[in-house]
Amino acid sequence: MIDFELSPEEQAIIDRAHEDSVRLYRPIARYYDEHEHESPDEFIDTMWAKRGEGGLFGLGVTAALRIEETCWGDAGLMLVSPGPGLGGAAVMATGTPEQRERFLTRFNEGNPKWGAMAMTEPGCGSDTSAIQTTAVRDGDEWVLNGEKIFVTWGKRVIEQDGIVTVWATVDKSAGRAGMKSFVVESGTPGMKLEKVEHKLGIRASDTTTVIFEDCRIPFENILGSPEVRKIDKTKTEGFKKAMATFDATRPIVAAMALGVGRAALDFVKETLEKEGIEIRYGLPRNKLTSLERDVMEMEAHYKAAKMLMMRAVWMMSQLLPNSIESSMAKAKAGLAVTKITQKAVELLGPLGYSRKNLVEKWMRDGKINDIFEGTGQINMLVVARRVLDYSRDQLK
Amino acid sequence: MPISFTPTEEQQMIVNTVRQLATDEVREVYRDCEESGEIADDVVNTAWELGLIATGIPEEMGGLGGELSALTGSLAAEELAWGDLAIAMKVLCPALVAIPLIEMGTEEQKKNYLPAFCEEKYKAATAALMEPRFDFNPLELATTAKLDGGDYVLNGEKCYVPLAAEADVMLVYATDNGGTQGFIVEKGARGLEIAEREKNMGIRALPTYELTLKDCRVPKENRLGGDAGCDYSRILNRSRVALSAMAVGVARASFEYARDYAKDRQAFGEPIASRQAIAFMIAENAIEVDAMRMMTWEAAWRLDRKEDATKEASLCKMYADDMVLLVTDRGVQILGGHGYIREHPVELWLRNGRGFATFHGMAMV
Repeated sequence: MIDFELSPEEQAIIDRAHEDSVRLYRPIARYYDEHEHESPDEFIDTMWAKRGEGGLFGLGVTAALRIEETCWGDAGLMLVSPGPGLGGAAVMATGTPEQRERFLTRFNEGNPKWGAMAMTEPGCGSDTSAIQTTAVRDGDEWVLNGEKIFVTWGKRVIEQDGIVTVWATVDKSAGRAGMKSFVVESGTPGMKLEKVEHKLGIRASDTTTVIFEDCRIPFENILGSPEVRKIDKTKTEGFKKAMATFDATRPIVAAMALGVGRAALDFVKETLEKEGIEIRYGLPRNKLTSLERDVMEMEAHYKAAKMLMMRAVWMMSQLLPNSIESSMAKAKAGLAVTKITQKAVELLGPLGYSRKNLVEKWMRDGKINDIFEGTGQINMLVVARRVLDYSRDQLK
Repeated sequence: MPISFTPTEEQQMIVNTVRQLATDEVREVYRDCEESGEIADDVVNTAWELGLIATGIPEEMGGLGGELSALTGSLAAEELAWGDLAIAMKVLCPALVAIPLIEMGTEEQKKNYLPAFCEEKYKAATAALMEPRFDFNPLELATTAKLDGGDYVLNGEKCYVPLAAEADVMLVYATDNGGTQGFIVEKGARGLEIAEREKNMGIRALPTYELTLKDCRVPKENRLGGDAGCDYSRILNRSRVALSAMAVGVARASFEYARDYAKDRQAFGEPIASRQAIAFMIAENAIEVDAMRMMTWEAAWRLDRKEDATKEASLCKMYADDMVLLVTDRGVQILGGHGYIREHPVELWLRNGRGFATFHGMAMV
């Protein structure tokens, strides 16, 4: 039965997340935007202590709505919060039960830990099949060599504690079939922090370059099968598994986008309310003021993206294949948050552009959602191929 | 119930049945109907036999006594409008009277008018809400109703009244003592003057009319809901949801047609769909059709929970109005010159798609 009602327990989880956002995220949001690369240690400890309240990449609509709430608080801080993160999501999506046990239990004990994902390289972004980092087998070990950029949590894992899931090729001649993912633990020799980026937004979150130089890891740290199936070109299991991770993470990025978008939307509506300006729902459009139309359009696009996000997450929780729905949600939400936050700056004029308020920050923060975990365009391509039933060769 | 995007088995059955009818019957004739401006009785009666309206009418009035669900209605309306908007509007037109009566009518009103909608043959009935001026606002109707002794006296002009000439009964909405109320006006009432059939950009198979009410008297008992009156806001919201659902159907029709065409049409040695410029338009169409549909579901779901869904229904209609235009425009664009020619239906869907932003209260689920 089609139903959009949250149980009281689910609603309570979301309400708690909202309170945390107000109490713990918002008050320090501006500080860590202006003090890039400074570590919010106290915040991290608090978040680590609260980790039982729902994993960063937990399944289900409630988990996604909780992430939306958190990003309503602050997206940069959400991204610096410790937890299994993207690296953990890859282990969840593609690891064996033994690997899940070995790599993920640590996220429930001891000091704060992070799970990073190292995929992008200086020479390849969306085209992950062009990855140059190599993994060569040497007895009971894999030897990794290469350079990874835009690694969220890279600094945390190298200087503190956690895991990095690294994408590398075991056989360059095999193309996508040779693409595998490997888990590298903190403290592994040969894994080095090269650089911490300065960014447009989400500045509380460290984005790093990580170098792998003869970095040796146990053979068992490969996620999925070590086999390269060269004969049948259609069977590119390794690559497909890498992409399966995106089915889980893209709706989450959509939820993050929605949180930032709603922050801006709420601020606009509160400001108007203070001025006694009412949004008159139910009037025909030619009777509305341009301001009302803009606000209603922002709300409608927010709602559209939210429905797409909820469907994609719901399908995932039902174990239904959700590749197209995930990409739809991600493409729409990334675009929606970009438009909503940009419009919010415009509508609020000097209040919007000023760093006294958070609106301009939300516009900078929101933009990342149209880029990471696959740009809006890559997601459009995924949707287009599915809708048209086209292969990569048929639609480039 | 936990969050879910799956219709019930019963709803899915209705969707399948209506989709079959839309494919086999509606799509067979819709183009001819559009060109001739007439909808054949056969297709309307076949659709009528599905009992989409009778389902929600209480058993004692001859109906099936089922739940009057806006959500189920939306699912059916999308499928019918996918077949053809004009035919969908005609088939569902009696709901403009039936639904407000079921939800808000007095026992007397229900007994008098509902049994007619449970008969085997289609029975036209309609509502007169819109008024012919550029700044029409459904919340400020210029048509007035004034109590005079035992009668209400109606005065004003209406437009876009579907099937006004053949309807046995219509609900006329008018300003009554500061609020908006509905009044049951029967065919041939004195003071009710139905003008020439309107000529519209789209939905050309659906006869719509302007009409004038000149001191048109109806008994006091004919006010919808009697002394209690009606919940006009809910009526508008049910209408917004219905129109949104229909917009989804029209958009989906154009999206699917253009998608298939783009895979077939060759240029520079390959299908045009293998170019991102075309493929991305199709992908965005797919995304927006789904988004429109789920927003419609959510607003309908709120109505079924008896919530005041004014905000959701308004936003959903606004979004649907925009997106159906965007998607149907792309339908024409993807077909290029061929899309502009009436051999292909995409131009019809663009004309129909443009209508939604101007439609108020012309359909109901």
